[in-house]
Amino acid sequence: MRPLFFLLQKEFRQIFRDKGFIGRLFIAPAIQLILLPMAANFTIKNINIAIVDNDHSEVSQKLSDKVLSSGYFKLAGYTDSHAKADKMIENDKADIVLEIPQGFGQDLIKEGNKKVAILVNAINGVKASVGFGYLNGIITDYNSEIRMEMIDPKRTTDFPTIDVAPSFWYNPKLTYYIFMVPAILVSLVTGIAGLSAAFNIVKEKEIGTIEQINVTPIKKWQFILGKLLPFVVMGAVVFSFGLLIGWIGYSIVPVGSLITMYIFLLVFLFAILGFGLLVSTYAETQQQANSLMFLFMMVFNMMSGLYTPIDSMPQWAKLITHLFPVSYFIDVMRMVVIKGSGLADIRYHILYVFIIGLVLNTWAIINYRKTT
Amino acid sequence: METVIRANKLTKRFGDFVAVDEITFDVHKGEIFGFLGANGAGKTTAMRMLCGLSIPTSGEATVAGFNVFTQPEEIKKNIGYMSQKFSLYEDLSVVENIEFYGGIYGLTRKEIREKHKELIAKLGLEKEANHLVRSLPLGWKQKLSFLVAIVHQPKIVFLDEPTGGVDPYMRREFWDLIYDAADKGITIFVTTHYLDEAEYCNRVTIMVDGKIEALDSPAGLKQKFNVPSIDEVFYKLARQAKRSGD
Amino acid sequence: MKQLLSFVKKEFYQVFRDSKTLVMLFGLPVVQIVLFGFALTNELKDANIAVLDNAKDQASLQIINKIQGSAFFTVQKDLRTSSQIDAAFKEGKIKLAVVFPVNFYNDLMHTNKASIQVIADASDPNTATQLTNYVNTIVADYQQQLSPNTNVPYAIVPEVRMLYNPDLKGAPNFVPGVMAMVLLLVCVMMTSVSIVREKELGTMEILLVSPVKPIMVIIAKAIPYLILSWINLAAILFLSVYALDLPIKGSIFLLVAESTLLIITALSLGLYISTVTKSQQAAMFASMLGMMLPTMLLSGYMFPIENMPVVLQVLSNIVPAKWYYIIVKDVMLKGLGFSAIWKETVILIGMTAFFIVVALRNFKIRLE
Repeated sequence: MRPLFFLLQKEFRQIFRDKGFIGRLFIAPAIQLILLPMAANFTIKNINIAIVDNDHSEVSQKLSDKVLSSGYFKLAGYTDSHAKADKMIENDKADIVLEIPQGFGQDLIKEGNKKVAILVNAINGVKASVGFGYLNGIITDYNSEIRMEMIDPKRTTDFPTIDVAPSFWYNPKLTYYIFMVPAILVSLVTGIAGLSAAFNIVKEKEIGTIEQINVTPIKKWQFILGKLLPFVVMGAVVFSFGLLIGWIGYSIVPVGSLITMYIFLLVFLFAILGFGLLVSTYAETQQQANSLMFLFMMVFNMMSGLYTPIDSMPQWAKLITHLFPVSYFIDVMRMVVIKGSGLADIRYHILYVFIIGLVLNTWAIINYRKTT
Repeated sequence: METVIRANKLTKRFGDFVAVDEITFDVHKGEIFGFLGANGAGKTTAMRMLCGLSIPTSGEATVAGFNVFTQPEEIKKNIGYMSQKFSLYEDLSVVENIEFYGGIYGLTRKEIREKHKELIAKLGLEKEANHLVRSLPLGWKQKLSFLVAIVHQPKIVFLDEPTGGVDPYMRREFWDLIYDAADKGITIFVTTHYLDEAEYCNRVTIMVDGKIEALDSPAGLKQKFNVPSIDEVFYKLARQAKRSGD
Repeated sequence: MKQLLSFVKKEFYQVFRDSKTLVMLFGLPVVQIVLFGFALTNELKDANIAVLDNAKDQASLQIINKIQGSAFFTVQKDLRTSSQIDAAFKEGKIKLAVVFPVNFYNDLMHTNKASIQVIADASDPNTATQLTNYVNTIVADYQQQLSPNTNVPYAIVPEVRMLYNPDLKGAPNFVPGVMAMVLLLVCVMMTSVSIVREKELGTMEILLVSPVKPIMVIIAKAIPYLILSWINLAAILFLSVYALDLPIKGSIFLLVAESTLLIITALSLGLYISTVTKSQQAAMFASMLGMMLPTMLLSGYMFPIENMPVVLQVLSNIVPAKWYYIIVKDVMLKGLGFSAIWKETVILIGMTAFFIVVALRNFKIRLE
């Protein structure tokens, strides 16, 4: 026991002495937690639309007004030149072009139907389909309005209509912050705890102090524990700090219990530090540790459901992502913070992450040998 | 005289390559025992086996009475070690390093306090006691490393090329510390490629290509090979060497 | 020249012998493309939902049938009480619940009006809205089925053309982003870490003492990463054309030239970082914070810039990746020529020049 105490004392001394420490532990996470959610807003709005009105009738005017007052679109330009509008899409000044043909107002009433042309910059597929969806919706609405004016109103309720009443639970304002902030926090904790742990051990390898330790009576488990415990503390500190920022910066108050979150945090740290330990047994230099961890962090960030849903992934990708402790933690955080899920609800998450942690740590310890 | 290290046909193989080839020797208590040889001769590998850092391929050895195969953990409690890179923590102070190593070898707080006063006085480091090791000049780091390596009064201390890169005056001072420790009954096992340091040892072995080609006191060796210095002994033996460079 | 060559050779050996780092350097673009191209999507399918059918009549059953048959949904549970809904959400088992009132069909037939409740887990707002929309569409379909005779007069018929990416694939949006990421990453992070490493190990002094001018040392450090970046670029373009079916519409030469410009910007940024950091960890960290993060956030490839608060939008203008992203989109996806991107190119050149000057000045100061 005593060796462990001295190990921890040394580790903490070294950590506090590291000048970048405060920056890494507090400033960088704060910056990321504040900036990332602001940027990671997936709601589609402020779509730039150029309207080519060849008709200039009351009908076309009303349609344009309706489009612009919907709140989804920003007017990029109002022209009667098809060529100019094309140029606007090329220059990225407009994302969508609505072209109303000549004689639109008159022909609609006379012939019963009339085409309008819509050009969409589809490079961003999601934006294109959502933007088009909005525009189409507005046109359809306007269409019904015209029809109502033209036809006897009584006829429109001649057929059965089903009204679908939507309720949005847990996040009625439909904001993205509450969805992203807990997840980003998980990503931060992973990076800081896991990455730092891997680095720390590899640094000792590189310098040579690890060999000195190998010759002492310090047992394997004492050394590993002495290395990992400070990072458990670090992880918890960053996590708590992040929760604080979430509360102060974004008014996020978790619905669920803090204790539930911290319990899972511990299980998670167990797993992710095991991973850091594992990486450190394969890397010989800090540069290598850096490269490996970076690659993994990127994969975690992309596949863990942080930005795109796990459910949308193909089966093979889903399998892989279920090996990552990060995926579970993100899910847990979202569930507990937004919906108030309790320990019982996340029991499988806890179990799986614990098992993953066992595997990782065992593998790492087997790898880490004092004698060659 | 008590024998603290006993090695019998100790061998280390890496695949087809025989790094250490059936070496046999004894080391007595309080001896300063030197392991000389060119780079690549197998000195460091041999030492690592005795420290419990590497498991021998064959042969047998006991260190401080414990078997290197079956009791490496016991060996570690009874030895000290100073590696080529000195391995003090550069980002800890002098005092903190002493505290750390003292602590993991099981010294009580009181003992640690006494020890660090003693060490600092011995080296004259009163002013630098709380400075980071990083700021010490090389010679001082070396001496400090040695004293920290024996902070727990081990039976044997293993020194792996301890005097690299330091001027001859500093090296002499370093060896003064070694003598001091030997006088107190600590056995010194030192590897070096500085042939003049052989003169400081009680007995010396010269390794060539993994084998012990000579084992005797410096005087004895000079007489045997009929040459005036250990240098010459070495050249006579090393000329036959097939390996060079680690 | 010969001296420079031997330096460059040494750098090459160091880079290419570090297999673990190489794995990352080459693995990065491949992994990103595989993931973005085949695994990551926002499209929803097989969403787990639950149904609470209080009516159990032909209308409700038919609608439920339609829902079950749709690719968007998998009906996980048939609930019995509304209190089960909250529990199911909390366990993360379902994303949406459809609730039919008692007498659904009767009400519909006799009063021509009936309502269905759709309760969505709005943790992920987009998912909630999209799923709700899908239910709407299915219900509207059913509604249409009930009265097939309605002929809709006075119809405005929109004709849509999706430009540049008619199949609405995800690739066009992210491939330029992956290019920016990979080039920047390799050049900024690896260069800065590599230079700082030499400082840490003490070998930098040896280099500076040699007869080779300091500027040559820098260039020698940069060249392997320049070449690595070209290889990476080629790999990405190759993968994108053959694995993702995304052809290069514009001039490849222009694309490579602009990419080289970005590479030089990144190398200068890496050099600059190496002059202000003392340890490898700090260099890596500075690269992450100063380059990776802004690139990911503010270049426009992961998140649309126009959605962001004004502050961030303004900030995005100083991120080189943002301009590069526009250039690549224009050249590779829209097939435009230099005349369309000259403005962005000038901006990028300006940034490059700025970083080079600052970096070299700092480097010289460190030496003295």
